[in-house]
Amino acid sequence: MLSRVADALFWLSRYTERAENNARMMDVNLQLMLDVQPLTNHQHWESIIFTLEDTKLFDKLYPGIAGDAVVDFVTFERKNPNSIYSCIATARENARTVREQISVEMWEQINRMYLFFSSGDAKRLFQNSTYEFFKWILEGSQLFQGVTDATMAHDEGWEFIRLGMFLERADRTSRILDIKYHILLPSGEQIGGNVDTVQWMAVLKSCSALEPYRKHYRGQVVPWKVVEFLVKNQTFPRSILFCVDSLDFALHKITGVDRGDFQYKVEAERLSGKLLADLCFVTIDEIFRTGLHQYLDKMQGRLIVISKAIYKEFCEWLEEGETQGEEEEQEETQPTQFQEQKN
Amino acid sequence: MGNLFQGYVSETFYDEMFEPNGDVRGHYERLLARYTGMSSEEFQKKRDLADNAFLTQGVTFTVYNDQEGTERIFPFDLIPRIIPRGEWEHVERGLSQRITALNLFLHDIYHDQHIVRDGIVPAEIIHSAAHFRPEFMGFDVPKDIYIHICGTDLIRDQEGKYLVLEDNARSPSGVSYLLENRQAMKRVFPNLFSRYLVRPVDTYCLELLDVLRFIAPRGNPDPTVVLLTPGIYNSAYFEHSFLARTMGIEIVVGADLVAQEGIVYMKTTRGLKRVDVIYRRIDDDFLDPQVFRPDSVLGVPGIVDAYRRGNVSLANTIGTGVADDKVTYYFVPKMIRYYLDQDPILPNVETYLSHFDADRKFILENLENLVVKSANESGGYGMLMGPQSTAEQRESFRQAIEKNPRNYVAQPVIRLSRSPSFCDDHFEGRHIDLRPYILYGEKITIIPGGLTRVALRKGSLVVNSSQGGGSKDTWVLND
Repeated sequence: MLSRVADALFWLSRYTERAENNARMMDVNLQLMLDVQPLTNHQHWESIIFTLEDTKLFDKLYPGIAGDAVVDFVTFERKNPNSIYSCIATARENARTVREQISVEMWEQINRMYLFFSSGDAKRLFQNSTYEFFKWILEGSQLFQGVTDATMAHDEGWEFIRLGMFLERADRTSRILDIKYHILLPSGEQIGGNVDTVQWMAVLKSCSALEPYRKHYRGQVVPWKVVEFLVKNQTFPRSILFCVDSLDFALHKITGVDRGDFQYKVEAERLSGKLLADLCFVTIDEIFRTGLHQYLDKMQGRLIVISKAIYKEFCEWLEEGETQGEEEEQEETQPTQFQEQKN
Repeated sequence: MGNLFQGYVSETFYDEMFEPNGDVRGHYERLLARYTGMSSEEFQKKRDLADNAFLTQGVTFTVYNDQEGTERIFPFDLIPRIIPRGEWEHVERGLSQRITALNLFLHDIYHDQHIVRDGIVPAEIIHSAAHFRPEFMGFDVPKDIYIHICGTDLIRDQEGKYLVLEDNARSPSGVSYLLENRQAMKRVFPNLFSRYLVRPVDTYCLELLDVLRFIAPRGNPDPTVVLLTPGIYNSAYFEHSFLARTMGIEIVVGADLVAQEGIVYMKTTRGLKRVDVIYRRIDDDFLDPQVFRPDSVLGVPGIVDAYRRGNVSLANTIGTGVADDKVTYYFVPKMIRYYLDQDPILPNVETYLSHFDADRKFILENLENLVVKSANESGGYGMLMGPQSTAEQRESFRQAIEKNPRNYVAQPVIRLSRSPSFCDDHFEGRHIDLRPYILYGEKITIIPGGLTRVALRKGSLVVNSSQGGGSKDTWVLND
């Protein structure tokens, strides 16, 4: 298929997944704020921005860190390319350019979400009930993914959509897990105490993982188990291992190379296979010895390298637009520019 | 007549459906029978049904000035225009004759220019034509065909005679509306449809694909064909997408293609894939920044080089615009006589060229009675409607004509034929024209009927979509 089309489907999927994850994360953290003393909220919000790697941009746009500013920045801010609004807008723009490849239902759904957001309705719903608001986004994104599965031919284009979705999801899960690292326990609170547990539960909830976790472990919420569940669980669809396994599978479907015997044809496959093997064989002990934050940071880096390898392999002749930032760990945004000249 | 036709008047125009004395024309009898007794509400409901279908499918066009890219439905009128078999056969013969002459003309103009040497067409008319491409003199095109797809606009005068208004030999559009209109009519009035034997139009895309394959470089029997579009912001994008999908070919923008060593390739996930035939819906000017407009981001650098080497075929070829120039139009009947030794079956509208002294004098003395057109505008822009114009408008045209006489033509106002159209809650006559689509490949194929465009504003003669026009389904009868 055309490289431009593959690229558009890949990013359409990534941005939709990103919007959903940000919504979930915001929702959970807002609730968390209600449970914990307000003194620590400042740090909490700071850590969210930090894990999203948007500190520079945030500081530029807003004078100081306050809850409202952060929520606004992550949800509605048009100048933030990773705000929920921007993600949906960019996803829609991508969808527009490949309308022939996606089903009518997919287009209508993404368009509906965009129209809602760009009207005043979104802000009004948010002010009336943040719970309803984030739920709306979650459901919208899930509907989009369900409709994609049910109405689009499971051809090469669909595999690129899967690729984008799982790559993004792996990245998001790692960031959500990382937030906890930055949220310090308020002084006087014990590790393993109530506040700590509540914070770890919030991490699980941000991945829709609390009940699956309980079903799997049948016991207390304990840090190393949370990490194990979100990093290494083989059946939970948001665990990093599950995501990397799925994206590896999609890659192999695209290249046509059998997954057995550790075969690969392109660099991206080699990298995803390697990452998958690491995830299968690393122990929680090893992760904590490296340091959870360092491990997750490295994970994000490796996912970015895979994403770049995918681009290089399938789309390398597309003109590169400006990419944001120079650091390796920057949150990835779509490199290609949209052609705007009217005839 | 039922409520819908109450108060219907033909006035002095040729009416498609009714004779001057009010009797219904034979081929509309069954239609009248169906619509008689239908209430306005019922008809309105049918209309809503059709509109909804168009909306969901996205049968739209975009007006150039729209920022947000809001798409509009091309208004569709539910009363079909019906053409009896004999009448259509006459039109078909005329159109075949005309496109044959145009292709011969283009071949001649880009080679030895006999028609100029023999004094039929003045040399300066050719050389001053905005879309004449002297760089392609002496260049041979596949199968010697220049215009593969042509949209020729026809009107009917007061006596109901068909006249050619203009040819569109570069990138004629509208056929997708024609195909969607037919779908809509079948859905909304299935019974009416079954009362008539209407010639089908669905084979258009297959025929078009055949033409595109026919012109493949070196007679390649299995060429890779693509449709080149300016992209989603182009007003006709819906049609580009529709045609590509129906033909089963890839739709590409300039950035998807690359020319290397005189060959054009598509950028795919499996590497570069060679392209043999391009149905291009991009103007010559934007096709190749290395050859034409250097600021174009819509084209492909090096595509013209590949074209020259015979490694890629284009439909329509480069340089056909000299044939659909409004001034060259004047000479088409002469072309038919010159190349085919025949009288034109379909006459032109009477035309005056301000290029000729006598004609110019006549034009300037009669501005308030004539339709004056600039040679190269389209969409109904750059036009003076004499009888409806103000003194200032006429003065500005007078100055323009005197400054650049080569650039203007004038025609008397033709009292265009009318067809009953649904207006608010009843039928009224509205002016129409007809755009058949002619395919020229191994054979000439003409889609039965064509796009009937309607000037929906009362009294308006301008049928273009960008200025308040709509369309009707066109039925050519098989009996």
